[in-house]
Amino acid sequence: MESLWPQIEPLLAQVTKPARYIGGELGAQTVEHTAEAASWLLVYPDTYEVGLPNQGLQILYEILNERHDAVAERSYAPWVDMEAAMRAAGIPLFSVENHLAAGAFDVIAFNLSAELVYTNVLNLIDLAGVPVRAADRTAAHPVVMAGGHCVFNPEPLADFVDCFVLGDGEEVVSEINEVLVALRTGAGRAAPGGATGREDLLRTLSRVPGVYVPSCYDVDYDQATGRLAGITPRWADTPARIEKRTITDLGDWPYPRQQLVPLIEVVHDRLNVELFRGCTRGCRFCQAGMITRPVRERPADQVRTMVSAGLDRTGYDEVALTSLSSADYSGIEQTVTAIIDDPACSGQVSVSLPSLRVDAFTVGTAAQIQRVRRTGLTFAPEGGTWRMRQVINKLIREEDLYAAVDAAFSQGWKRVKLYFLIGLPTETDEDTLGIVALAKQCVAIGKRYHPSVTVTASVGGFVPKVQTPFQWFGQNTIEELTHKIHLLRDAARPVRGLTIRWHDPKATAAEGIVSRGDRRMGPVIEQVWRNGGTFQEWSEYFDLDLWTDALEANGMTLEDAVYRHRTEEEVLPWDHVSAGLHRDFLWQDWKDALAEHGLPDCRWTPCYDCGACTGYGVEHVVASAVPPAGGSQGTGQDLSSGGQVPVRFLSTAPSGADPAPGPGGSAVALVTEGRS
Amino acid sequence: MRIRFRFSKLGKIRFTSQRDVARMWERALRRARLPLAYTEGFSPRPQLSFGLALPTGAESLAEYLDVALDPVRAVDDGVDVASLPGVLNALLPEGLDIEGAAVVERSKDSLQQMVSSCSWTMRLVGVTREDLGTRVAALLAADAVPIMRERKGREELDDLRPSVLALSVAGDVADDDADPTGRTVGLVAELSTQPRGVRPVELVRGLIAVSGGQSDRSFEGAATDGRTGSIPVLDRACRTQQWIERDGLRQEPLLGRVVPAGADRAMHAWERAS
Repeated sequence: MESLWPQIEPLLAQVTKPARYIGGELGAQTVEHTAEAASWLLVYPDTYEVGLPNQGLQILYEILNERHDAVAERSYAPWVDMEAAMRAAGIPLFSVENHLAAGAFDVIAFNLSAELVYTNVLNLIDLAGVPVRAADRTAAHPVVMAGGHCVFNPEPLADFVDCFVLGDGEEVVSEINEVLVALRTGAGRAAPGGATGREDLLRTLSRVPGVYVPSCYDVDYDQATGRLAGITPRWADTPARIEKRTITDLGDWPYPRQQLVPLIEVVHDRLNVELFRGCTRGCRFCQAGMITRPVRERPADQVRTMVSAGLDRTGYDEVALTSLSSADYSGIEQTVTAIIDDPACSGQVSVSLPSLRVDAFTVGTAAQIQRVRRTGLTFAPEGGTWRMRQVINKLIREEDLYAAVDAAFSQGWKRVKLYFLIGLPTETDEDTLGIVALAKQCVAIGKRYHPSVTVTASVGGFVPKVQTPFQWFGQNTIEELTHKIHLLRDAARPVRGLTIRWHDPKATAAEGIVSRGDRRMGPVIEQVWRNGGTFQEWSEYFDLDLWTDALEANGMTLEDAVYRHRTEEEVLPWDHVSAGLHRDFLWQDWKDALAEHGLPDCRWTPCYDCGACTGYGVEHVVASAVPPAGGSQGTGQDLSSGGQVPVRFLSTAPSGADPAPGPGGSAVALVTEGRS
Repeated sequence: MRIRFRFSKLGKIRFTSQRDVARMWERALRRARLPLAYTEGFSPRPQLSFGLALPTGAESLAEYLDVALDPVRAVDDGVDVASLPGVLNALLPEGLDIEGAAVVERSKDSLQQMVSSCSWTMRLVGVTREDLGTRVAALLAADAVPIMRERKGREELDDLRPSVLALSVAGDVADDDADPTGRTVGLVAELSTQPRGVRPVELVRGLIAVSGGQSDRSFEGAATDGRTGSIPVLDRACRTQQWIERDGLRQEPLLGRVVPAGADRAMHAWERAS
């Protein structure tokens, strides 16, 4: 394989941010390709600045390069100016380490963290010189793989990706590599056999637990209704249901050991150390919390070692302790205190907790650790009224939020940001306007401390995600979301110090198109790409018309694909892939949501058998058996004051196995009512 | 206490910006555990002062950085200035290399204000030696060379001529750069930095303008021109020296070596003198 650098170099004088394409990061591996080693190109299908910090990609990069029989390089989506220059000069997608052509690798593996990058995936496969459709590839082409949160509905990309990998990648990546080495590299790759060789390889991969090979399955549609009837294996040795992979102990995987430090500024430009994986708060809209269960904490001493070694190695002055709800980490206080009191940090290192719990206690911790650089604090109540928050199981009381905001303003912060969702199930105008009421009260609290505080309410449109209790919910229309945004905007206008920011409802609709589609969504994505629709995550390139035109051309509508409520009986396109959650658990949780019942965090309460632990023979790895002090969020208990708790929980664990038929129907009616 | 470093920026890393280089230095200095002085306020930053910004894409043999140390901790910890280039070179990315370090007096003027001119070598493609020689002579003979320059986000017409202190076609182009078409030519220049620094691309724009070509930006990166077939395009640029001029003498900012100004504005003057 020959470096393309001499051809790439002259292009770099003409493009923006040319250092996106040069590699050279601290931590970049020196990769030497051999005939014996399977070669992987790990691709993040967005710009370098967005993709480089991705921890999942970095973890696999290190694990693969530590193996004697694997090598891995990285690539990112070239920005539109560079892509045009590359296509004009006949230069294919290349790796940033050795600047090798993507098509020369054994595997091109994509990290899928967001749905709107799907058109970029097609574009990058094409830029690699590989046929976009999996069916058109031969033994000479790389295997196209994908992993990440989005693959829990793999069907929209099933025509383009040879195999999907579900769940934690740490172990399965090595198992896949062993198959590749046996069948693909060296003698195996040179062997005659053409397409047959490729089919053998994919069938062998389909037997690796956690791997889904779409070409090994038949898809049937109901002739009368046109609905999906089933996705079934074509071979006796292909699994009918693909279960995600779960590592049992995060302590066994202290990765990344050598986090990449880029030469240019990227998002999340800091040391990142993962505190725990998984979350059982049970927020019903949150796909990440549902698909990454159970909770597995990293041992506290390992966290400290990774932080001190990481700061020493990188020279960063900021470390983020990451997870889905970092303040829930057992002994979070001691952990952050140990970091900031470390003499090596000489008082100049700031610690950030990207996901703050909404309570005064957490703010106290934040005040302590952000004493170096204090910008703004962000809380995520998500819903505007207590009723709404019970529906979504984000059990933050108003008192919790006000106490948190009071603590923040009294301890010197002047800017507070609040995250909300609109378009949630059963949402009424009263719920929507509750957002302004909450935010307005937060401004009033702040004014007691400073005359010029600002509160920003950032409002996103809700997209129902697969493998969550809301997967059956019909997404709000663009008109409904626009109506709600207007309500918020008008109500907030007279409030000085309050700013409302919102997400474009058109982008919310497009995200909805790809999130829950079946295999027939493939041609839609392909058409959007062929009509120039790349970088759809970027507002300057997003174009809803591309999406609606492609839907129409393929005989589909937004009404049916996005806005329609799914029924209990309906075969869902992702029913054959599993994040461990029982379908009847999710259905019961959906009914509980509509009945405004909360569900407690199972870390500290008895198991309600969602399936994530029992199904895989794993369990929570939590150092503390009691909930963290302070705050009620998710626990349903007011632990700080012992005050009255208004949460309604079910008296017994949900009897998921035998869902009554009645509430399901009325539930949908209730949703429709809520919309009017 | 203030330490001045002279360093080079060569190879792929030339595609990073001045801001990126500043951040690379911050990380390396922290890893070296130097007792840095920090700015006050909610967002303390190390007190670093770079000289004139180097355009993204240009190489340099002569970049400078002043690093302020915390006076109390610097004395307590003891800082061995002579060992710093070795220590920091191991911590800086490939392509950044420190060539010297020295303690400097705290001055009321910043490096950026003190530097009066820079020497450059450039490599141009799409033009013959003869043609470039004609353009250079025309530029030097001209009373004024108006070019379009960007200033605060707006394009405006500006006279390039007073900023060109010296300009000549290079004696030879290294063998490995030899272009069989005979259209790769070296250029050496000394460009004034006051009141505004001239970038190599702007000089090339001037060379196009003096021979009646359009000084339109679209020529950059385009190797040929349909009409004349001989439009110079900047391929590589390397800053070889920064100068501080005082009383008719040019001084190298780190070690203060002196070269007479005006007598010889040719390339590599400092290298010859040293």
